Amino acid sequence: MELLRFATAGSVDDGKSTLIGRLLLDSKAIFEDQLEAIERTSRKRGDEYTDLALLTDGLRAEREQGITIDVAYRYFATPLRKFIIADTPGHPQYTRNMVTGNSTADLTLVLVDARKGIVEQTRRHAFLASLLRVPHLLLCVNKMDLVGYDEAVFAAIREEFKAFATRLEVSDLSFIPISALQGDNVVQRSLNMPWYDGQSLLHHLEHVFIASDRNLIDTRLPVQWVVRPTASVVPDYRGYAGAVAGGVFRAGDEVMVLPSGLTSVITSIDSYDGPIEEAYPPMSVMLRLADDLDISRGDMICRPHNRPTVGQDIDAMMCWMTDRPLQVGQVVALKHTTRWVRAQVKDVHYRLDVNTLHRDESADALRLNEVGRVSLRVTQPLFYDSYRRNRATGSFVVAPEDTNVTSGAGMILGAD
Amino acid sequence: MEKVVGAGQYQLSHLEALEAQSIHIMREVVAEFEHPCLLFSGGKDSLVMLRLAEKAFWPARLPFPVMHVDTGHNFPEVIEYRDKRVAELGARLEVASVQQSIDSGRVVEERGPNPSRNRLQTRTLLDAIAAHRFDAVFGGGRRDEEKARAKERVYSFRDEFGQWDPKNQRPELWGLYNGRYHNGEHIRVFPLSDWTELDVWQYIADESLEVPSIYFAHRREVFRSDGMLLAVSPFAAPPEDEEPFETTVRYRTVGDMTCTGAVESNASNVEEIIAEVAASRITERGATRADDKTSEAAMEDRKREGYF
Repeated sequence: MELLRFATAGSVDDGKSTLIGRLLLDSKAIFEDQLEAIERTSRKRGDEYTDLALLTDGLRAEREQGITIDVAYRYFATPLRKFIIADTPGHPQYTRNMVTGNSTADLTLVLVDARKGIVEQTRRHAFLASLLRVPHLLLCVNKMDLVGYDEAVFAAIREEFKAFATRLEVSDLSFIPISALQGDNVVQRSLNMPWYDGQSLLHHLEHVFIASDRNLIDTRLPVQWVVRPTASVVPDYRGYAGAVAGGVFRAGDEVMVLPSGLTSVITSIDSYDGPIEEAYPPMSVMLRLADDLDISRGDMICRPHNRPTVGQDIDAMMCWMTDRPLQVGQVVALKHTTRWVRAQVKDVHYRLDVNTLHRDESADALRLNEVGRVSLRVTQPLFYDSYRRNRATGSFVVAPEDTNVTSGAGMILGAD
Repeated sequence: MEKVVGAGQYQLSHLEALEAQSIHIMREVVAEFEHPCLLFSGGKDSLVMLRLAEKAFWPARLPFPVMHVDTGHNFPEVIEYRDKRVAELGARLEVASVQQSIDSGRVVEERGPNPSRNRLQTRTLLDAIAAHRFDAVFGGGRRDEEKARAKERVYSFRDEFGQWDPKNQRPELWGLYNGRYHNGEHIRVFPLSDWTELDVWQYIADESLEVPSIYFAHRREVFRSDGMLLAVSPFAAPPEDEEPFETTVRYRTVGDMTCTGAVESNASNVEEIIAEVAASRITERGATRADDKTSEAAMEDRKREGYF
């Protein structure tokens, strides 16, 4: 059974909670005591029907105000896959949550109300999915029951969205007409839309091909921890532990270590369960090398003929996530792979309107929930790839040193 | 034979992917914090966490102590398991005792019949964290357990009072965890955030992990309390109008004897438990924990105070 992470985004009334509720109900991931609890709350609030949003709105403030304020994670499984849903609220002020939810997603599910068609939020959600380079984008046209299951309505929305998507970088785009409330095309193919010859939503989620989404070419291991047991049974043992961020490592491979540039050969890939033949993303492994090199946390193990860019000047798209804006000249702590460095903001080139994709080049700061292109200078070289090429070695977060709060997310630009 | 890239090869199973993520989290913590510690109750989540820690740092020993917050209302089988496991690993065990917190006047025992020490644990835990200067504390919490937990980060920031502020959490992106804190603050870390109850049991089966015997069906004298089956023990006795009776039960969670309910079950091995969990229509906390039934936001409220 494989794991598929997907992010959902939708506006307040487009039926996202109903859809998630249905997926969870039909896969038996909602339990009777949870249903009873939300039925009680719905009755107490005087709702006309049981509000499935209460399943994901777990915090007191959310239930009281009837809004979702944070990313909620939900879990369900079918015999084919285990699914992790990052459920994010659609309101513009929660752009940061959508960015967060999309950062680890294999697929983004955007919901559209068939009666309303493509709206500003649809474009924003799709843009953020493409900015975060989620490999698969799925547009579900919901409430088809309310438009008489009309093929023309679905086709018009599909064509309009396709035209918009040409301006985005989306590698895989799919469309499914559904009714979350009636269950059309959610788990089973619907008899109400014989003109639709595609698969149901659940079938799509179970079968979308994700094996080639990872970078298996550029061999990268950011060193996370050096394992040096002080035990007589394993004298002189030294292993370099980390999560593989790209490519495939095998015993016998020649490797180069950055920043030193020294080379060695992998003698073995060790684990508690025995030697590992091949290490690939996202495995957490431990390499042993033939030579005793000076390697510490934050170093990068790669191949001599395929190295990441080494540099201190970083050009990136950034999303800002706190009230205090990002300003030119500001110094922040920056975490990239396994190293923290300091970074100074050299320039804010433009701010991108996430609804219209318009670039405002007069901007000199990024405020909460704004996205823009930024240049940074860092105190020590980073070993990076463009985010487009590798989400793990092309991403970073920043935190001002006085608050320590994660305040910005960056996606490194650069020649591929 | 040469493997073909992109042909469905190089794909981890869901449990392998969860294991890799948890190990990554644990290594990050050990690399970036001064004084980590792992909360170990002897329950299924913490024993899985302990196995993941073994794997993360093998062949070295655990680079942190394990801590048990001891309410004094324990299942003896669980304490026996705890001590055995700690000895096997050669780990350092710290016990933070709620009884000592009561004796020293830090907290006051609840009134009424069968008082629970569930809520008192928070003070004991926070005092122990301060005394040992722990800056990162691993907990076995999972997001599928409870709806407040569903919104909690893997790295859950706690202020100088140990409080969780659900409306003011740090965004958590990619695998880039932010463990920065000021003096007096700490981070709770939940490496099992993305695991479900079923994942935990499947992992226990795959790893052939030993678990405390109370997880398996056994005969026990119990009584009904608030829709749950509580064990008759020195800490919990039936009210006068309830007659205790003996039946075959098992536990789905391990907690304080005064508020952890048993479920009627004949599951006598891990495979039977997996089948039972897969078919269950009630969550583990809903079925077995009186502490969560107090109110809709019981868990959120306790977490705000600094609970696990």
